Amino acid sequence: MSELIHRRSKSFTALIWVFVLFWIILAGFPFLWTMWGSFKVQGDFFSKADWAYAISGLRTQIETGSSFTGDGYHGAWITKSFWQAALNTMIVVVSVVIISLTLGTLGGYALARSGKKYAFYLLMLALVFRAMPHITLVSGYLLPFFEWNLWGHLPTAIIVMVAINQPFTLWMLHSFFLNIPKDLDESAMVDGCTRFQAFRRVIVPVMWPGVITTGLFSFLLAYNDFTVTATLLNNSNQTMVPKIASFLGTTQVEGNVMFAVAAVVSATAPLFILVMFFQRQIVSGLTAGAVKG
Amino acid sequence: MKNRTFFWFILPSLVAMVLFIALPIGSVFIQSLYIEHGAVLKEVKSCGPFGCKDEVQIDVAATSQLKEEKPLGKFNGFGTYTNRNHLAVTELKSAWNDSANWSIYFSKVYNLPFYRALAFTLTYTFIVTPLVLLLGFFIALGVNSLPKKLKGPTIFVSLLPMIVTPLIGSLILFWMIDSKGILGASLQWLLDDPNLSLKASPALTWIMLIIYGVWHSAPFAFIVFYAGLQTVPSETIEAAMIDGASRWERTRYVVLPHLVPLIVFISLIQLMDNFRVFEPIVGFSAQASATSLSWIIYNDLAGGEGTFFGSAGATSVLTILGVAVLLIPVLIRTWNDFNRKAV
Repeated sequence: MSELIHRRSKSFTALIWVFVLFWIILAGFPFLWTMWGSFKVQGDFFSKADWAYAISGLRTQIETGSSFTGDGYHGAWITKSFWQAALNTMIVVVSVVIISLTLGTLGGYALARSGKKYAFYLLMLALVFRAMPHITLVSGYLLPFFEWNLWGHLPTAIIVMVAINQPFTLWMLHSFFLNIPKDLDESAMVDGCTRFQAFRRVIVPVMWPGVITTGLFSFLLAYNDFTVTATLLNNSNQTMVPKIASFLGTTQVEGNVMFAVAAVVSATAPLFILVMFFQRQIVSGLTAGAVKG
Repeated sequence: MKNRTFFWFILPSLVAMVLFIALPIGSVFIQSLYIEHGAVLKEVKSCGPFGCKDEVQIDVAATSQLKEEKPLGKFNGFGTYTNRNHLAVTELKSAWNDSANWSIYFSKVYNLPFYRALAFTLTYTFIVTPLVLLLGFFIALGVNSLPKKLKGPTIFVSLLPMIVTPLIGSLILFWMIDSKGILGASLQWLLDDPNLSLKASPALTWIMLIIYGVWHSAPFAFIVFYAGLQTVPSETIEAAMIDGASRWERTRYVVLPHLVPLIVFISLIQLMDNFRVFEPIVGFSAQASATSLSWIIYNDLAGGEGTFFGSAGATSVLTILGVAVLLIPVLIRTWNDFNRKAV
């Protein structure tokens, strides 16, 4: 019977292949192209004469003597101290992930086990909070942060991002904890554990798959953030994304665009590696909330 | 779970959300009722070799003192809401009176910054969301019928547009459609128009931003639909085949109804995310032809012309009202579902 389901006409199969191929090119080619181009000079990547120069690297050969150049990377990382921004991003992202998960597991566990009506109301409230455009929240922080001298420090940006990510983290961990059988912690409590002891001794050891998946999404939210980091940090402690945006202000100078291109490729590389290793978790995380709902 | 225990478990998370999400919503409202102080002027006698005269000068010390004492600015009531940069009540009225027909009226309204941003935000939200659903659904159907070995790599490549930083993703596309970039140059060659620039025309900029939006979000819909397709009961499909249903009929009457909850879920997330469209406008430097509500708030706060807390606050409150309107149907639906389950 299943053979019958999978039997398809040849032309239809061809159509599917063409469509999927088209999509893969659409999704993947821009990254490949930009990565390749980041090793060229501006005259090749933005070629007035012929875009094919970006492939052969004609002007790169004339200007630097070889078909590939690391000038863009050197300019971005060393001349424009992109390494500083990368370091800041690392501090911010690691802190956001750890704090988000700590608060989120406690809250998500409580929401999953409560069963009371107010837990549902809290989840609805979190959904409303999730919908708030981040910039509207930032415009509420800015003035008090200026007044209290909190503006421009990494910890401020970290705390704000943790809070903004909480609604999402709560929802996700809540649905993971629902999947862990209730009997597990309840039997521990029958044996005399308090709720917190039951959580720590019984639930914590089995919660890691869900926590890792949620952590990945917290990582992405913090790593990809532009709104909060661009408005709450000053030039001296910028993270990568606003730093790249600041390269663009000075694009008129020859070569500076290539700094931005190199920086963009550098910032994308960790994400590639992340997807490569955690593809399964990302897919399961995206569908966790949806398939059950 | 006991109420007390629940309270202690949820407390840290709740404090964070109240402090940095609930309070700011209140504070933007208060902020929106005030506007910046004007400069304090003073009259001084300046005496030179040709006699004395009265001059009006800015009293720098008094101005900064006033700013320090009342950082919010001076009370303005709903003045900021009705001024030209926001709801523009008087401008709307005069445009109504001066316009001979609807198209003149709309073009006048479109020139007001708030309505301009609202127009783009709504267009973007309501075009990108259905296109994302459609494209995601077809990719899911396509990938689902690939041989098993190819599925993994395909999903890997498909995830990239979604996972990458929105600002970076839009920059990558922006460089490609530059008139000296690969796509821009190819389009010039294809259409035989050496002066074609995607950046110069507002219509093309809108289309470009919408294409970016679909490219960025389609993977999300794809993954969710793909997971949904794995759970379609094969018995139902087989039964439909025995009854003589064609491939199209099976998709339409068996697969699609099974995916309805997922369509609702994706639409909800997409509506929320597309309504706050912001980074692509920065990445594409599109502000001359397309602005969004989020973008004008950002411009008030960090646009380089100074910070206008009152103006940013007013736009924020209006944006939050917009989000509320979008969310109300969903909330009502979820509410009813919950109450039905409870009964």
